[in-house]
Amino acid sequence: MSTNNLTTHNLLSAESLAQIDREVAKYPADQARSAVMGALRIAQVEKRYLTNDMIEFIANYLGIAPMMAYEVATFYNMYDMKPVGKHKLTVCTNLPCALSGGYTTANYLKQKLGIDFNETTADGKFTLKEGECMGACGYAPVMLVNNHSMCNHMTPEAIDKKLAELE
Amino acid sequence: MTVYVKGVVFENVNFEDPNCWRLEEYVKRGGYAALKKIINDKITQDDIIADMKTSGLRGRGGAGFPTGLKWSFMPRSFPGQKYLVCNTDEGEPGTFKDLDIMVYNPHALIEGMIIGGYAMGITVGYNYIHGEVFEAYQRFEEALEEARAAGFLGDNILGSDFCFQLHGHHGYGAYICGEETALLESLEGKKGQPRFKPPFPASYGLYGKPTTINNTETFASVPYIIREGGQKFLELGKPNNGGTKLFSVSGHVNRPGNYEIPLGTPFSELLEMCGGMRDGKKLKAVIPGGSSAPVLPADVMMQCTMDYDSIAKAGSMLGSGAVIVMDETVCMVSALERLSYFYHEESCGQCTPCREGTGWLYRVVHRIANGEGRPEDLDLLSRVGDNIAGRTICALGDAAVFPVRGMLKHFRHEFEDLINKAQKAKGL
Repeated sequence: MSTNNLTTHNLLSAESLAQIDREVAKYPADQARSAVMGALRIAQVEKRYLTNDMIEFIANYLGIAPMMAYEVATFYNMYDMKPVGKHKLTVCTNLPCALSGGYTTANYLKQKLGIDFNETTADGKFTLKEGECMGACGYAPVMLVNNHSMCNHMTPEAIDKKLAELE
Repeated sequence: MTVYVKGVVFENVNFEDPNCWRLEEYVKRGGYAALKKIINDKITQDDIIADMKTSGLRGRGGAGFPTGLKWSFMPRSFPGQKYLVCNTDEGEPGTFKDLDIMVYNPHALIEGMIIGGYAMGITVGYNYIHGEVFEAYQRFEEALEEARAAGFLGDNILGSDFCFQLHGHHGYGAYICGEETALLESLEGKKGQPRFKPPFPASYGLYGKPTTINNTETFASVPYIIREGGQKFLELGKPNNGGTKLFSVSGHVNRPGNYEIPLGTPFSELLEMCGGMRDGKKLKAVIPGGSSAPVLPADVMMQCTMDYDSIAKAGSMLGSGAVIVMDETVCMVSALERLSYFYHEESCGQCTPCREGTGWLYRVVHRIANGEGRPEDLDLLSRVGDNIAGRTICALGDAAVFPVRGMLKHFRHEFEDLINKAQKAKGL
C-alpha cells in the first residue's frame, strides 16, 4: 500500500481496471510485472497521457516498485509523459515511407495544422509527432492516430478527409 | 497490399474477403489439419523435428537460423516450465510481412505455435506484437478466442492430454525489442535491453526458463510443412534455401506490397511482379533485406536471385526479406542520413559504442548531407563504424554500421561530391 494519498484512490475506471486484470491473468501468478506495459497502455488510453501519480498507482496495483513502472513508461516511445492533444498524429518519415511521400505528408500536416513536430495546436485538438518504422511500409505514407489506429496511403487528400473525421 | 504468388503462408487466402482471417475460412483452406494429424496419428516429437530439419526452413525474422535445429536445442525432458515465444515485433524499416500474416491469416501462426509447443513439450506461449500495429494485436486476440472455442488451443487439445496456452503481448514502441533477448526482457515487464549471450534462450529465456523464439512467418510456415512434408517444402525453394518466402517490397515500384515467392526467384522477376519501376524511372539501388542490410547497386542486384546464398554472395543479407527499391532520383547521402538517424534514435543506450557511436554516425552523415562535410569525414565514418561493429551486446550496433559501409562502398562518390562542394563553398 502506498504512503502517497493520491495513489490510494482508484485513478482509473472500473472498465480499465478490468482490462488490466485480463492482462495480469496472461502471466504466471508471480510475474504481474509482465502486465506493466499493458496496464500503462490502458491507463494512457483512458487519461491520454501518464502522470507520475498514475505510474505509481499502476505500480502499486501490480505490486511492483514505482521505479519499475516508471522506467518502462520512459523507455518505450508510445507512452506520453506530457499532455498531448485530443488526437496524436504520428507520421512515419523513415526511408521506405520517405520514398513514397512520407515527408510530403509530414509537411502538409505541419502547414495545415500550423505546428511543427512535438507541438500541439492552440485548441488542444492535435499533436504532431515524427514516428519511426511502424512496420507498414507497403502502405506508405502511413500515419498513426492516437497510437492505435493505422491510416494507410496518407496523401494530402487522404489527410484532409481524415482530419475532417476527427472530432 | 498482399500479393499471393506462390507460397505456403498465404496459400488460398482470399484477401478481398473481410472474413478470410477467421477460423472457419482457415479450416476450409486446410487449416488445423496438421494439428489434427499430429494428435490423431500420435506423431512423435522426434518425427516433427526431423521433418522441420528436412524442410530446410530458416528463421524468417532476419538471422536465417535453421528452425529444425533450433527446435532440437530445446531440452525436452526439462522438468520445469518452458516457454515458446513468437517475435512479431516487426520494426525493421522496410518489413511489413508479419503485419499481413496477423491481419489475413493469424490462425496459421497460432497453429504453427501449437505444433511447436507439442514438438518441444512446451505448454505456454506468448506472441510479442509490435507496438504500432494495435489493430493486428486485437485481431490476434480475437483469433485466439476462436481457436480456444474450437478446442484447438487450451487444455486437452482435441481431446488429447496435450495442453497449450497462448497469449498476445503488445509492445509499445521500441525497435530494439525485435532483438530476441530484449524482447524477453520486455515480456518480463522491463526496459527492452538485450542480454549477454550465452546463456542462450534455450537454456535461460523467459523468466529464466528454457525458451524457444521464432519469427511470425517461421511459425506460420510450420502447418504446411507438417501437412505436406518437409521434403515438399524444401523443393519449393532450392537447397539450403528451402521453401517460399515473403518479400516486403517498398519504395519506387508501381505496386509495393508483400510477395510470397519461392526462394531462388530472380530479383528481376520480383521487380516485374511489382509492376516495375514507378514512373518508368531507372533502378539505382536496392536494400535487399531490411534497413540493416548493406545496399546493392542496380547492376549487382539485377544478377541476384532472392535467397540467402545469392544475396550473401553479393555482399548483403536477405535478412527479413524487406526489399527497399530506390530509383535514380535518390540521393544516397540523404537516404543514409535518415537510416542513421533511426539507429541513433533506437539505440537502447546500454552499450557505450552503440549509444555514442550511432550519434556520431548520424551527426557526420547529417553534416555531409547539409553541405557542411569535411574532407576527413569519410575516414571518420569508417573509424566510428569499426569502433561499434562487434563491440556491443546485441546486433543493433552492427545494424547501424552495415548501411554506412554499404553506402560508402558503392556510392562513395556521392559523399565525396557533397564534401568537395562544401569545401569549395567555403573557398577552400
